[in-house]
Amino acid sequence: MPEQERIKPTEKQLKARRNRSIAIALALAAFVIIVYLGSLMKLGPAVFDRAM
Amino acid sequence: MTLIERTDVNGDTGRLSEATAADYVALLKPRVMSLVIFTAFVGIVLAPANANPMLAFISLLAIAVGAGASGSLNMWYDADIDIKMSRTAGRPVPAGRITPGEALGFGLVLAGFSVATLGLMANWVAASLLAFTIFFYAVIYTMWLKRLTPQNIVIGGAAGSLPPVVGWAAVTGSVSLESLVLFLIIFLWTPPHFWALALFKTNDYAQAGVPMMPNVRGEAHTRKQIFAYSVLLAASGILPTVLGFAGLAYGVVAAGLGVGFVWYAWRVLTMRDDDRAKAPAKALFGYSLVYLFAIFAALLVEEMLARFGAW
Repeated sequence: MPEQERIKPTEKQLKARRNRSIAIALALAAFVIIVYLGSLMKLGPAVFDRAM
Repeated sequence: MTLIERTDVNGDTGRLSEATAADYVALLKPRVMSLVIFTAFVGIVLAPANANPMLAFISLLAIAVGAGASGSLNMWYDADIDIKMSRTAGRPVPAGRITPGEALGFGLVLAGFSVATLGLMANWVAASLLAFTIFFYAVIYTMWLKRLTPQNIVIGGAAGSLPPVVGWAAVTGSVSLESLVLFLIIFLWTPPHFWALALFKTNDYAQAGVPMMPNVRGEAHTRKQIFAYSVLLAASGILPTVLGFAGLAYGVVAAGLGVGFVWYAWRVLTMRDDDRAKAPAKALFGYSLVYLFAIFAALLVEEMLARFGAW
């Protein structure tokens, strides 16, 4: 096991990390919406038809 | 507080990143991406099939992200020479804001997602073409040709010429003569565009050891090559009308733009050897950007007018 330690990020590093985290969240949300809408367009309403 | 592994603390790999989302956007080469989006969009619109607007939009987005992935992979590999050139020294990797490994990972992930998305939402012919485009730009051009031969941007230009072909294929599922003509226009546009830049950035490329045409074969030879490609480009610009997939109005616009291109290239050809300012080369570089945008815009406008019954 590698040795671990804690370091204190600077204000700039924290701000940059928050900025990146928000961008990743937005990108993931956009991807989910794109796949959802794309699936609807590609498969039509049949996408909701499931054999019970 | 942030938990890190002790073994990673030594050296650069242990640093906490100060890169922002804007730095990652810069890795995508947004200006190149805008040209890719525009030419791919024209390919999508000109394709002889009715594309679902949402699927067409998603396809365009996937092509754009694929192009961005190529840019990121290029910046990963070229960081050592980017730092030597004034034009590229401020990029995120040479400037130290993003590590090469981060750029590589970012590029690979985006490449995978863009190809998979295009395959699932459009078709696998288009996805394969997009994958080939990324491979060609990142491996064939960036890793191999760029540092090997002054023909680097001629052959490598194929990658930048493929977006309209990918866009066309996303709608039709095939490659056709029409989409290859769009490819040809961008392919013939690339050498005069980049060699005009190389003429007034000769020192930059020499310092980085990139064998651009002016450094290897001399400026006089480059100017002749620029002129020859410009004549071929002007001729290829009217091919859509000659082949019948664009109208006479486009043909007239393309011919006018082509004459303009040849005129700017002629000014470069007849530029004095001791011209240090290289104003004709700068003018050609600027005009080349206008030319490519205008010629694809003309195709787009004509198609739109025809489609909506105004023509």
